[in-house]
Amino acid sequence: MELLVDIALLSMLVATAVSLILVRGLVASIMLTSIYGLLSASFFVTMDAVDVAFTEAAVGAGVSPLLLLMTVALVGRVEQQPRKRHIAFPLLLVTVTGVLLIVGTLDMPPFGSADAPALQHVAPRYLQQSGEEIGIPNVVTSVLASYRAYDTLGEVLVIFTAGIAVILVLMLPGRRGSVPDDAGRQRPRNVVVNVVSKILIPFMLLFALYVQFHGEYGPGGGFQAGVIFASGIILYGLLYGLPSVCRVIPPPVVEALAALGVLLYALTGVLALLDGRPFLDYSVLATDPVTAQYLGITAIELGVGVTVASVIITIFYAFAAHLSEAQR
Amino acid sequence: MDIASYFNYWIVIVLMMLGFYIVIARGNLVKKLIGLNIFQTSVFILYISAGKVSDGAAPILTEGVSVYSNPLPHVLILTAIVVGIATTAVGLALVARIHEAYGTVEESQILEQDNAC
Repeated sequence: MELLVDIALLSMLVATAVSLILVRGLVASIMLTSIYGLLSASFFVTMDAVDVAFTEAAVGAGVSPLLLLMTVALVGRVEQQPRKRHIAFPLLLVTVTGVLLIVGTLDMPPFGSADAPALQHVAPRYLQQSGEEIGIPNVVTSVLASYRAYDTLGEVLVIFTAGIAVILVLMLPGRRGSVPDDAGRQRPRNVVVNVVSKILIPFMLLFALYVQFHGEYGPGGGFQAGVIFASGIILYGLLYGLPSVCRVIPPPVVEALAALGVLLYALTGVLALLDGRPFLDYSVLATDPVTAQYLGITAIELGVGVTVASVIITIFYAFAAHLSEAQR
Repeated sequence: MDIASYFNYWIVIVLMMLGFYIVIARGNLVKKLIGLNIFQTSVFILYISAGKVSDGAAPILTEGVSVYSNPLPHVLILTAIVVGIATTAVGLALVARIHEAYGTVEESQILEQDNAC
């Protein structure tokens, strides 16, 4: 049964990717991207990767198509027909590469085997001892926020840097920090969409907070909560326009929060340095090691959540401001 | 050889090549980024598939469960997805600026304009 679901989902993924090649026009492509994101999220659930599925559902099916749509609104939705001679060579290249890679897979351990090398190294230690050492049931959170907190700090910094890069690239000369004023020409909205979304938004934000603070016990954590929270705010922005959402959360506040999240994460690590311990050693936070882990993980997950949500909202603001400027 | 034991990996390669094809065969920069997205997600699927253990449970410690799927790929991919959307956003922002500078996002027209001057 599990295999059947697996095969069905993967076949639908391939079908979506093939239609992406066949389809002309960018808006249709973006809708297919969204479907692709939703399908891969479902696939991750069947692979027991519930935390990943959460993230992919919010990013792949929600935020990513939205950013693509906003870009298409800026650059136009028409896609040119490729010239004939441009098809043969790429086709040859991907066929050869694909065949070589498939030959390569034959050396891989069979799917699902419990004695695969990937499952032999540190994974058993995480599974067997994290319950005792960290004291929280979700092993993914233990690895992310404690055993591998260095890597996660690096990734949060990459996200933060990407947010800054988007602001810099899309910066409008002379209009930095000012909120575009297009309140006078609000488009008429669909009543059903408006009312339903208005009811949904508080629950989305509440759910994001639940995912944030329940991440130690169930699937969830800062990354997932950050994207879900940002989706709620972005939905509000889409419905009521950029000026309204900028009144709720002004852009300078979001930008400051993005930096504050990274600071909260890094300072939790520096706290250990001050006591003469290694960077990000949580044992400085409390005398009981398990309580210390709990406090440390909660603090850095909060930092991650705040940064991820702020960066994604900032990216949305940057694109939306650009768009309303272009429409003027 | 059991087909089911390699099915996931082969699908990953098919998806990866479909994404790769879009990246190299299409001239539209937005479409190229969509292709890159497909390629990226195929890598996610590869990692998550490699972490799956038959009859394993999601790696959330529960009484009475002894076999769990590998949590390590989950951690890597969970962060990679969010990093991926942030970097895609940078790419899209660059596309928007390219459109402002050249008036087009078709690769051939951009190259023509570059070669003209």
